[in-house]
Amino acid sequence: MFAIKRLNAWLGLAFISVVSGSAFAGQPINMTPGVTDISLEVYDMHMIAFWLCVVIAVVVFGAMFYSIFAHRKSRGVTPATFHESTTIEAIWTIIPFVVLIALSIPATKTLIDMYDTSDYDLTVKITGYQWLWHYEYVEDGVDFHSKLQTSISQINNDEEKGENYLLEVDNELVIPVGKKVRFLITSNDVIHAWWVPDLAVKKDAVPGFINEAWTRVNEPGIYRGQCAELCGRHHGFMPVVVRAVPEAEYRQWVAANAKPESATEYAAISE
Amino acid sequence: MSTVAAGDHHDHPESPYSIKRWLFTTNHKDIGTLYLWFAFIMFLIGGVMALVIRTELFQPGLQFVDPQFFNSMTTMHAIMMIFGVVMPAFTGLANWLIPMMIGAPDMALPRMNNWSFWILPFAFAMMLSTLFMDGGGPAGGWTLYPPLTLQTGDALPFVILSMHFMGLSSIMGAINVVATVLNMRAPGMTLMKMPLFVWTWLITAYLLIAVMPVLAGGITMLLTDKYFGTSFFNAAGGGDPVMFQHIFWFFGHPEVYILILPSFGVVSSIIPTFARKPLFGYASMVYATGAIAFLSFIVWAHHMFTVGMPLAGELFFMFATMLIAVPTGVKVFNWIATMWRGSMTFETPMLFALGFIVMFSIGGFSGLMLALAPVDFQYHDTYFVVAHFHYVLVPGSIFAIIAAVYYWLPKWCGNMYSEGLGKTHFWLSTIFVNLTFFPMHFVGLAGMPRRIPDYALQFSDYNMMATIGAFGFGLSQLLFLVLVIKAIRSGKKATSQVWEDAEGLEWTLPSPAPYHSFSTPPAIK
Repeated sequence: MFAIKRLNAWLGLAFISVVSGSAFAGQPINMTPGVTDISLEVYDMHMIAFWLCVVIAVVVFGAMFYSIFAHRKSRGVTPATFHESTTIEAIWTIIPFVVLIALSIPATKTLIDMYDTSDYDLTVKITGYQWLWHYEYVEDGVDFHSKLQTSISQINNDEEKGENYLLEVDNELVIPVGKKVRFLITSNDVIHAWWVPDLAVKKDAVPGFINEAWTRVNEPGIYRGQCAELCGRHHGFMPVVVRAVPEAEYRQWVAANAKPESATEYAAISE
Repeated sequence: MSTVAAGDHHDHPESPYSIKRWLFTTNHKDIGTLYLWFAFIMFLIGGVMALVIRTELFQPGLQFVDPQFFNSMTTMHAIMMIFGVVMPAFTGLANWLIPMMIGAPDMALPRMNNWSFWILPFAFAMMLSTLFMDGGGPAGGWTLYPPLTLQTGDALPFVILSMHFMGLSSIMGAINVVATVLNMRAPGMTLMKMPLFVWTWLITAYLLIAVMPVLAGGITMLLTDKYFGTSFFNAAGGGDPVMFQHIFWFFGHPEVYILILPSFGVVSSIIPTFARKPLFGYASMVYATGAIAFLSFIVWAHHMFTVGMPLAGELFFMFATMLIAVPTGVKVFNWIATMWRGSMTFETPMLFALGFIVMFSIGGFSGLMLALAPVDFQYHDTYFVVAHFHYVLVPGSIFAIIAAVYYWLPKWCGNMYSEGLGKTHFWLSTIFVNLTFFPMHFVGLAGMPRRIPDYALQFSDYNMMATIGAFGFGLSQLLFLVLVIKAIRSGKKATSQVWEDAEGLEWTLPSPAPYHSFSTPPAIK
């Protein structure tokens, strides 16, 4: 019996150590602020909500742990008998309600911004397939498939895994920095979702329907994401890679890759 | 205070140790026992599936299973845990406790009660058999979204039929609860004098009756789309895959409240006993439960924020979802106010109930974050969501079920469990449950999607941690099994009262409770 009490004491200590000592260095633990105005707004909203929850937790669990410590029979406490109070119920209903209203205001603003796809500079049509992406630049006439490039031997542990394991593709989506890019997203088969965390863009690719999203990247760089809706066997193996480049470089890339017929067609229709 | 009427000659079952007894019983105590053991067996099976998942995710790379089988494991694990563990376990608790708590001799419809249970082993045998069918088991997620689910092989009709049976079982069980609670309370027990556990089950029963038929409709539409030429979810035929999501989540969101409301009732029974103080704000607790149930009907599309809904819809669902935090917070505050200036002791049921309050609240916090639609675009379909729902379901619902077993087991079997072992079970479970699920917040925020058998290298450390935690948690539950069996077979004899300050009609009965109790209604003071 005493042995079990001892064991429980050690387990309690282990619990506290695990909870307090879990600072594992080196691996990311938070959302990225990203490289667009929207992604930064989203990150800020996330951090506000997070710290709000921390404050509430400290207050609420603080009260609870204090009570566990102070209001215990082993301290010889006689229990009180109160069991209702309309006043305090009203207070702890109204205060959370007000806090929620405050939280919803910036969230509403950011959502409205995310939905505004007007005044775009270029459009990319994105089609999800089992299990790869297809990109088509409507105005500039480029189109290609984008497939996972990590080798099977890496996946099957026959070869050491590269730095961008499972996050590399053969043909990246190249877009210009500083321009509003509109995405038209659909699917060829089942529901997929196109997601790039650094852009804070995630939208379901639904067969037979077209969803809109947009982004304006502030910094050149390579941004990696993954399919975010279960789509079958290789759902985990159809990444998204976006390369944002200065506009001049983008124009060169288009010139090198465009199919002249498609660009002329679009120009003709849009006159 | 009157007790069981003397001269009750049918105080024990006929042929107690026969299969006949268990197959044909109409006794609420027997049926409660059947549900609880069934749920525990399903818990071990669903748990093994989770360990298959976590084993593959121990390290990056594919080492153990084919990705398609991995997907069928994630799908089946969820189906087992939701429909095979939590729901039957709570129904088992309802069966054992509701008649005793309201002073009734049994449930209102005892024969339907028997059928409600026995459908389940049949349904789950069918569900599990699909793993061995051509094309494998269902692998499109427990959420069954088309078109992906329509790519399931021969298993699909059996999955759907099996779910129809489960739904039937739940609906009949719910009808039984409503009929019992509304008609069979002992004279003098008004609705506002009922234990909170009965209230939470009454409300849960209404939710079940309202939404299980909606699931039935949705899955039947999947069946006809695949086999009978309809196009409900096929755009080429004029339909819409997203419509399934609306139908499913109209069921699915109230479903998760079905999974948690009885927990609130359990915790509301345990805390006052071990704080030696009445539940704070009984009326508020009833209204808060009702508010949560009402709100649960108008928030479903928060599971669909990335689907391409119009802005107005997205905003409405965001606001409505955030609102649920208010009545839920009220409940947490009321439990703490019950503890406040009480005189607490910390037996195992109390430990699990207190652990519930802390860890369910952590799940609630991530839920509030998820409600913020623009930020959900970064959380949706990542491990942040997986962390959220596992916190509310495992140290939430499962801990409440375990707490209930520790609390009422002496009343059911007449013997005390070993308190030292119980506390050990609590601490092991708590340490490992946090080791398993807390790191999932991090990898989710860092960008790891859900339902993938292999992942990028930056997610390695926390996945390894989660796998170790999962194995620890699973093994700890074997300790619970040992403990329960030991108590039943050789535990110390329990008194009627069992717990010093427990209140409620069930504590006026002997331990173990007689086979037939309250054949004459008790007087309510």
